[in-house]
Order: sequence, then C-alpha cells, then structure tokens
Amino acid sequence: MATVTLNAVGKTYPNGFEAVKPTSFTITDGEFVVLVGPSGCGKSTLLRMVAGLEEITAGTLSIGDREVNDVDPADRDIAMVFQNYALYPHMTVRKNIGYGLKNRGTPASEIDAKVREAASMLNLSELLDRKPSQLSGGQRQRVAMGRAVVRDPALFLFDEPLSNLDAKLRNQMRIEIKALQRRLGVTSIYVTHDQVEAMTMADRIIVLNAGKIEQIGTPAEIYHNPASVFVASFMGAPPMNLIEARVEAGEVRMNGGTTIAQANGCQPGPVHLGIRPEDVELGGEGQTPFDIALVEELGAHRLLHGQLGGQPFTVHVAKEVDVAAGPTMVHLKPDALRLFDPDTGKAL
Amino acid sequence: MTEISQPAAQATTRPARRPIKWSRVGDHAILIAGALLMVLPVFMIFATSSHDRIEVARTGLQFGFSDQLAVNYGKAMFEKGGFTDTVDGSLMLMNSMILGLGFAFGKIIISMMAAYAIVYFRLRFATLAFWIIFTTLLLPLEVRILPSYEAIQRLGMANTYSGLIIPLIASATGTFFFRQFFRSVPEELGEAARIDGAGPVKFFIDILVPLSRTMIAAIFIIMFVFGWNQYLWPTMITTEESMFTLVRGIKQITQGVVDSNDIPEYGQALALSIIAIIPPVLIVLFFQNWFVKGLTESDK
Repeated sequence: MATVTLNAVGKTYPNGFEAVKPTSFTITDGEFVVLVGPSGCGKSTLLRMVAGLEEITAGTLSIGDREVNDVDPADRDIAMVFQNYALYPHMTVRKNIGYGLKNRGTPASEIDAKVREAASMLNLSELLDRKPSQLSGGQRQRVAMGRAVVRDPALFLFDEPLSNLDAKLRNQMRIEIKALQRRLGVTSIYVTHDQVEAMTMADRIIVLNAGKIEQIGTPAEIYHNPASVFVASFMGAPPMNLIEARVEAGEVRMNGGTTIAQANGCQPGPVHLGIRPEDVELGGEGQTPFDIALVEELGAHRLLHGQLGGQPFTVHVAKEVDVAAGPTMVHLKPDALRLFDPDTGKAL
Repeated sequence: MTEISQPAAQATTRPARRPIKWSRVGDHAILIAGALLMVLPVFMIFATSSHDRIEVARTGLQFGFSDQLAVNYGKAMFEKGGFTDTVDGSLMLMNSMILGLGFAFGKIIISMMAAYAIVYFRLRFATLAFWIIFTTLLLPLEVRILPSYEAIQRLGMANTYSGLIIPLIASATGTFFFRQFFRSVPEELGEAARIDGAGPVKFFIDILVPLSRTMIAAIFIIMFVFGWNQYLWPTMITTEESMFTLVRGIKQITQGVVDSNDIPEYGQALALSIIAIIPPVLIVLFFQNWFVKGLTESDK
C-alpha cells in the first residue's frame, strides 16, 4: 500500500515524438484511479512508465517515499494485469499464479498456501491444475488477477484488462475487480478507453488527451463539470450536447436569436454551450424549439435525436414519456448549462 | 489422418454406400506408386543383405531372402575390420550417434541463444548481425572446407569428437526459425515475466524454452538426420579408424577388400546400410507428431 507521486513525468521517444507531456499528480493510499482517453492519448505509456516497462525521460516517479525512476519493474513492488492476460501458456494456473513468488525465493509451502488463498478469493480453486488454453476468457482474466493479488503488492496496474471480454462478462468482471480492490485496499491505476468503466470503477478519473491531462476529478465532477469540450464529449453516453451560441447583452443566445439563459459575468462573443441530454425537459415551460427526427427506444428510457437551432441535439426522457417525431418545445435546466470557450475548449 | 478417419466415416455411412470417387482412387494410386518407389530400394537392400557375398557378386541385388542374415548383421556389427582391425559396427554406430546428437543439440542451443539475443535485446546492429548469419547459408561447408580443416587441424582438434561437431554447429537455418518463432511470442509475456521478477536467463529457461518445445523437436529431427548423414566433414577431419562413423564405415567395408582383389563383403556392407538407416527412421517416427506441430502451429 502506497501513495504514488508523479512529478512532471514525461515521455519523449528517441524520434522526438512526445507521447506524454510532463504530468504531475498524486494518488493517495488505497485509491482507485482510472486513466481514460482515446487511443493514442498516452494513457498506456503513462501506466507502463509507472510499471517500469517504459523508460521515464522527464520528471520523477515515487511509489511510497521511494523514487523509482531507475528501479527495475520486479523491485517496484507492483503487479500488472495485461490486456491479453499474458499468462504463461505452458504453465498450469497454479504455476502461473506462483511464478512471481517462486522467482523471489519464497519457500514452496508458503507459495502453495498463498496460491490457494488467492485462488479461493477468485473462485479458481477448481481450475488450479488446468492450462490457460483450457480456460474461458473470464477465467483467464481471473488468473491474471490472481497473479497480481498473490504477490500482495503496493500497487496494482491494470492495462485495459476487460477489453477482450464480451459485454456481459465485462460488466461482471468490472464489479469483481472493484470489489476485490476495495477488500484488499491496494492503490490501483487502471487504464481504459471505455468511459463507462472509468465512471463506474474510479474513485478519481484522470482524462487524458494527446499526452496531456484534460481533467482530474471524481466521476461526478467529471460528469457534471467537465473542464473542457473534450471531456464533455468524451465522458457520458450519449455525450453532452454541444451547440454553438453567443453571449450578447448578458444573455446566452442561440445563433437563431433565441435566448436560452442568463450569462453571468461572461464576455460577449461566441461560446459553446453544453448540456447533458437528461438535463433537458420536454414541454412544460419550454421556450426552445426542438425538432425530433428519431426516437431511440432503449427500454428503461428513450433518446430523442433531432435538431435544436439547426444543430444536432439529443434529449433523454423517461420511458413513460410518449413522444413522436416532429417539432416540440424543450426546457434547458439553467443550472445544468455549461459554457466553453470555442477557441481553447476550456470551460468558462 | 486419413487412416484414422476413414473407418469411422465408413461406419456411419454404411447403409447408403458412397459411390467410388475415381479421382480419389487416382490420388491413392499415385501415392502408393511414390511410396513403393521410395521403399522398394530399401527393401532390396534389406533382402540382399541376407545373402552371402558370392551370391551378390554373381547375381546382383536380390528380391528374396537367404540364410546369411544373422551372419552378415553379426559380422557387420561386431567383427573388427578396417585397415587397423580396431573398428566394428557398434563403435561406428556410437560415433554416428555422438555426431548426430552433438550436432543436433549443439545447433539447437547455439541458434536459440543467437535468436534470443537478436530478438529480445536492443543490440546495436542486431538486424545486420542477423543478416550476416543468414547469408552464411550461401557458404555451406563444401565452400569453406579447406580453411575449416586448417583451423581445426591447428587447434589440434583433428580426430576428436569436438573437432567433428563444433565447426558445424552454427546454424543459420536454426537461428532463422527460432527468430521467427520468438518474434511471434507476445511481448506482454516478457513484460509479465519481468514484473514477476524473472531476469533474462530465467525468462529464457522458464518461458521461452518450454514454449519452443515443438519447434525444438522439429529442428532436432532435421539436424539429427543432417548430422547423422554427414560424410564429407568426418572424412576430412578423422583419420583414425576408431573415430569412423557408420556412413563412412559402409564404404570402408567394400573399399578395404577391393584393394586386395578379393570379392567385397557386399552382404555386410548392405547390412551396415540398413543399420545406418534405422536410427534416423526411429527419430522421425518418434517425433513426427511434434515435427508437424512445430512447423505448422504454435502453442502460445
């Protein structure tokens, strides 16, 4: 168990490509942090630098109170779960789980006891003498977890561990991993490109884009107060509605001229207006015209896709609300509106 | 495969007898003819090796068996022969075995380690090194035989097993096969092993070698047979008869007697040929499943 501190950690490849711009943050003891971002944003590189599989070219990394920039991965007291599990194909589950302990010179009887304990924790006890090729995807995933758990490390690293599983299994494993981490209380860094995983599992989310941190915050903060247009559009499914608007005379007006809300203390000029689909109400005191083109039936709720002021817009309504395609009026909840600078993409 | 699956297929489809597929009959005819072409000479050698030398000298190769089988094989194996009367078949069999095994194991060890270095370590000029190794395929033993002989002679390794084996041990083919195989092993496996605390040597022995076992078996067969059948190099480097291999010994039986104007011991020479065939055949039979696996699929 340990805190992890990144101080201006960056990665520049020999060819000059800057995969991770100098990045600083601290992960507290026992925290579950998710690094999320689109492919190529540098999240895996960052994780691999923490693991020691990738050289750190700038800044310092500390695990606990020890600087580990030049420490071998084996000596960093970490365990990692890989996307393709990276199980040793010729070893049984038992040997796979115990291999790290064996290399550390742990006595055989102790290895056996620890492997059994980890296996029972992960429901693998029946499978200890099988080879990885005889296991299903979910079972292999659990063996990979077992290999991490058995070493009792200070830090867990997960590199997109669920992306090879089918959707149903992924939901189940998501819960299992989170529960296991809670129980063991081990500091964890989890990399994913799936924003649902990030939202559901994280204590804190770090959103990365193009090698740079866009925002660090709890899932609720990230969801409700995105720091930039990128975060707003990346997190949440469906994503936050973003429409072009203007601030004129202290009011936010759409390009058609319809006034949407009061703009408190904003400079006049163009802005991007963001609102979550569920923060829009149909009918009632609605002032804003919305043209529904398509109703998407999702069982528990419905998504209405259409145009608002000539721009694509989505509204989330409960299943009881009966609507048909065609023009209607909507009400945008004023306190759910977010404004972004159109040039920098930052929240205003 | 067909031998195993056909009876089962017949059993299930007995009620409606399938019409004879003539194309299949043709295929089998070609295969059978090919097999006979390969096997018949071996059979003739075996049959002839049961005749005495005069019979063979008079009527040539035989299709039938005679009563000299045990005599010929016994003499071929255990009668001291050659110029110095020190070498018999069993000694030559042992020499051949040492050459074949040393050759195969040596090649596998050297080429695995070379491939490991090329694939897993960020060496300067690793690709260049690989291509240099690869181009040695263009320089077989026959091309470099004089310098090789000279070097071994000066090192005092003539007439030794190490002199027989070591100069032939570097293998571009083996290095190439293992390189291709190692490159197909997922990188995460190495990374997982690093985090699990396995250093380069441990990773090699604990992970890569077991993963390569089908590959090793395949290369073992090829190299063993190749080493077993070496003729030119042993002829060059060994002058003492106690170092003779079977392949050389066969010639020696006939050679020695031709010089003294007697009828050569054809029966014994052919018996020795059969003995020389057996170990490679056994190795191939024993390893053939692994061989096919090693060349066609990978267990990763």
